[in-house]
Amino acid sequence: MINRAPLSLLYLNVLAIATCGLIYELLAGTLASYVLGDSVTQFSFVIGVYLSAMGVGAWLSQYILSNLARYFIEIELALALIGGVSAPVLFLAFPWIDWFRPLLFGMVFSIGVLVGLELPLLMRILKEYLDFGDLVSRVLTFDYIGALLASLLFPILFVPYLGLVRTSLLFGMLNALVAWWSTYLLRPLLSSRGLERLRWRAIVVTLLLGVGFFKADQLTTLAEENALGGKIIFTTHSPYQRIAITQKRLGFQLFLNGHLQFNSVDEYRYHEALVHPAMLGNEPPRHVLIMGGGDGLAVRECLKYSSLESLSLVDLDPAMTQLSKKFEPLNRLNHGAFSDPRVKVINEDAFIWIGKPGPQYDAVIIDFPDPGSYSVGKLYTTRFFRLLQKRLKPAALVSVQCTSPLVAPKSYWCIVRTLEATGFHVRPYHAPVPSFGIWGFALASMSEFDSTPLPFDRVQGELRFLTNDVLKGLFELPADLQPMDSEINRLDNQALVHYYDSEWNRSD
Amino acid sequence: MISRRDLFHSLLGISAASMIGCGPRVIPLQGELLGPDIGLGHRLRDRLSLVPAHADWQEIPVIIVGGGIAGLSAGWRLQQAGFHDFVLLELEDQFGGTSRSGITGSFQYPWAAHYITTPMPENMPLIQLLQEMGVVEDISADGVPVVAEHYLCREPEERIFCDGVWNEGLYPGHGASRDDLQQKSEFDASMSTWAQKRDAQGRRFFSLPIATGSDDSEAIALDNESMLSWMNRQGWTSPRLFWYVEYGCRDDYGLPLDRTSAWAGILYFAARMRTASKDSQDVITWPSGNGHIVQHLTSRLSDQLRSGQLVCQIVPPHNQDEPFGTTVVAYDKQRQQPIGFRADRVIFALPQFLAPHVIQDFSARTGRSTADFQYSSWLVANVHLRGRPQENGFPLCWDNILYGSKSLGYVVSTHQSGNDYGPSVFTWYYPFTDISSMQSREKLLKLGWADWADLVLADLSLAHPDIRSLVTRVDIMRWGHAMIQPYPGFVWGPARKAAAIPDGTIHFANTDLSGIALLEEAFYHGVRAADEVLLARAS
Ligand SMILES: Cc1cc2nc3c(=O)[nH]c(=O)nc-3n(C[C@H](O)[C@H](O)[C@H](O)COP(=O)(O)OP(=O)(O)OC[C@H]3O[C@@H](n4cnc5c(N)ncnc54)[C@H](O)[C@@H]3O)c2cc1C
Repeated sequence: MINRAPLSLLYLNVLAIATCGLIYELLAGTLASYVLGDSVTQFSFVIGVYLSAMGVGAWLSQYILSNLARYFIEIELALALIGGVSAPVLFLAFPWIDWFRPLLFGMVFSIGVLVGLELPLLMRILKEYLDFGDLVSRVLTFDYIGALLASLLFPILFVPYLGLVRTSLLFGMLNALVAWWSTYLLRPLLSSRGLERLRWRAIVVTLLLGVGFFKADQLTTLAEENALGGKIIFTTHSPYQRIAITQKRLGFQLFLNGHLQFNSVDEYRYHEALVHPAMLGNEPPRHVLIMGGGDGLAVRECLKYSSLESLSLVDLDPAMTQLSKKFEPLNRLNHGAFSDPRVKVINEDAFIWIGKPGPQYDAVIIDFPDPGSYSVGKLYTTRFFRLLQKRLKPAALVSVQCTSPLVAPKSYWCIVRTLEATGFHVRPYHAPVPSFGIWGFALASMSEFDSTPLPFDRVQGELRFLTNDVLKGLFELPADLQPMDSEINRLDNQALVHYYDSEWNRSD
Repeated sequence: MISRRDLFHSLLGISAASMIGCGPRVIPLQGELLGPDIGLGHRLRDRLSLVPAHADWQEIPVIIVGGGIAGLSAGWRLQQAGFHDFVLLELEDQFGGTSRSGITGSFQYPWAAHYITTPMPENMPLIQLLQEMGVVEDISADGVPVVAEHYLCREPEERIFCDGVWNEGLYPGHGASRDDLQQKSEFDASMSTWAQKRDAQGRRFFSLPIATGSDDSEAIALDNESMLSWMNRQGWTSPRLFWYVEYGCRDDYGLPLDRTSAWAGILYFAARMRTASKDSQDVITWPSGNGHIVQHLTSRLSDQLRSGQLVCQIVPPHNQDEPFGTTVVAYDKQRQQPIGFRADRVIFALPQFLAPHVIQDFSARTGRSTADFQYSSWLVANVHLRGRPQENGFPLCWDNILYGSKSLGYVVSTHQSGNDYGPSVFTWYYPFTDISSMQSREKLLKLGWADWADLVLADLSLAHPDIRSLVTRVDIMRWGHAMIQPYPGFVWGPARKAAAIPDGTIHFANTDLSGIALLEEAFYHGVRAADEVLLARAS
């Protein structure tokens, strides 16, 4: 009943489904190695689960005795849906759930089972019209061509030009279209009952995935990728900010609202310089507060002190602190900081939090983003610093990240002068961080203090940047970083935001 | 019934009406239409039927009628002078009048008045109150109050939506021509000149409270013409300048330019400039607006305060020296019974237009008419949002204005608390500046909550297309007779001057006695009336 012409079209079906199947597998493997790290392990696991699931599918196919064409189309649709949404679902879910691996392998397994069902069914449909030798050789040929196409185009074309999310949706659409045109190809084998419904379902699935494809811009845009200068391996839009992680040959980078927060290659310089001066200057610190720093990298440095009994981290965005725990490469970079029982995460606007009553701390690390907006600018005001003082033990040291004193000297000195205006004794210092340039910090205390820190033997664990001599040198200001006057940053003038805006715009 | 389009057109103006086509009528889930208790108003008319039982009479030396800023300030002053033998009677369950605020969960928001400007050294009593509240932390050597940082309006303070983008500031500078900007700077220079002017006694021409300013004939002459005609005489033509100045008049007086006295129009700008170099005195505000001051005053006075008391009748004594000779009858809403007070002195801290309704034989005895006291009506909506709306341009400010709309835009209650994300309450203001152009006032009164909510959201969607999807609740307050109008000739006319003179044992205190509605004025009259009472008791 199926004449010659559609028969060759059926081989095209084989080609298409073979390509789709392998693409889903590659997607899962790539995605897992992005977010969990360790690509060899992830890829082997994904391939293993996928192949064994295919075996399960092939085995199950024997239980399908009649209505083969109908089953085939249904399976295509299911595959379109699960395979199509696999990458976006995994991307969106992983910072939020604790069962990411079960979800990942569950999806890989379902896809594998469905793909495993496809070919046996198709071969049984075709066996009426071909002798067995022909059948096996032709179907397998197209299957292998499909696999070849997928494995070549995936890295060359799809990942760089579409990204994982859109590739996934695109192949889902292709799968759904195969289902739709199969209702015509295999028409003679299908009963007319429910046929229209089936076609409509295929169309609806295609359209849904199509909408997803065009909306995927909200997940990752290529424009953004170009702007950030690396391939985006993760992005999300939290209610507070846009978080993106990019990968370059060496290391990965975190961006918040398009601004680089750290590069895994040299972040240790920044975080050692930020944390240790405040931790070393005094009695061994027991209770420490970090504000901002949701990446957990400053926490990592604080955990190098055995005197530490409690550490509170106040960061606005739960998406950020979750990510630092769940995104395996970052979790590894911060040494599993958020799994330490001493660490308590508070997701709240630090400005609101600091205004509430609470305990006093031995050391405070302030790692807010640069003051590029009013909602961050308020965190560097006299009001904020005065409220902070109520949370300090008398001799407590506070270290503050203060943007680049070289690019934005007015902004830098505005922060220093604002701290001073509230009664802090302040020691400005700086450190070179290749990804950032020369970076500025301030060490402050309500008591007089000496910036020559105590020896480093208190630090347990390795320091890669600081030595006693280097640390001393950070407090020496070179000729081009000399102090200057500035307005004081207050809530009702936000002078800092204005300085920052004009200085960084000028430098761009 | 009026069509939706016509309604929007007449209430919001052209720009809003033009976008109605694309905005469906989507009404939020919840909300209420609030306003003065109408049933109780009728009782005021039928007051003669209210006779308190014998046991329901009390003798209290001083009674304050009305618990707005004026009444509460009078109480504050009495207490400050060591006098505690008084009772304050307020009709509503909540004190504060047009300075009251609301609270939902952790959110506080104003129901009308929402800010003051930092007082000048001349306004010592107010500085004293603010010091007591911890708002003024210090006073500099030249008498200038130093306000605590977190009570000064946080930057960014104000922005304006014009041609599809938000820009910083109140003046619609985006797209303004050279000539527009030239006229704006001429206007600013002129206001600065008025602000620097002093009369022969060294008083400022324009000052708050106005009683501390000058009555020099050059200043008073301005009261005889409208702001519109005065501006025309200066040769100004820029529509943006007229819009900007009219915004000020609508904001402070609920009046359009042609019905605002030029004296009042200039006062709005010049009374708030202390020196030539500083554009305007800093704004002081709280999440609950001026409700914060109400909260302070009520916490100071708690023992003397009685809410839910509709004062229906005040009868002056035959002989002024008769002890406890003045009677005050109120209707206790909760007990649903009249109660009576015999007092030596009464402070009448209600708007003047109520005097003939409440004080027995007021017009006949005093020969005063209250017809000259005209008031603007307002609509205030508190829009509860689950998140911040999308927008384009300069970020969300405390005060957010829509150029071209007849509304005054909205104030963000969470701004001052430093809360920049998530749920918020926006307080939206609408003065009925030209009710006459509406088919009729009655029709307006017939509009229900859903009609008003629709209107509020239509106006806000001009700048925030997605606002409807974020709104969880819209509560609407209709304020009738809410704001005294400084129309030409009123502030410096005879009726206002006469109204503040005591009627025997009855002293008057309300912002309308100044002809302008501001906290500074209500406070001034409250303190002044209390001082009169203290003086009378001393003699
Ligand atoms: C929409 C709007 C916005 C405003 N914004 C500002 C602002 O931002 N800044 C500012 O300074 N000013 C503002 N004002 C002006 C504000 O009205 C004054 O600042 C001040 O609150 C007036 O106080 P008052 O005591 O004189 O009068 P009211 O507030 O009118 O007080 C009168 C009181 O008497 C009560 N009462 C009435 N009848 C009776 C009765 N029969 N028996 C007992 N009690 C009775 C009322 O319930 C009320 O509490 C605004 C006004 C409005 C309407």
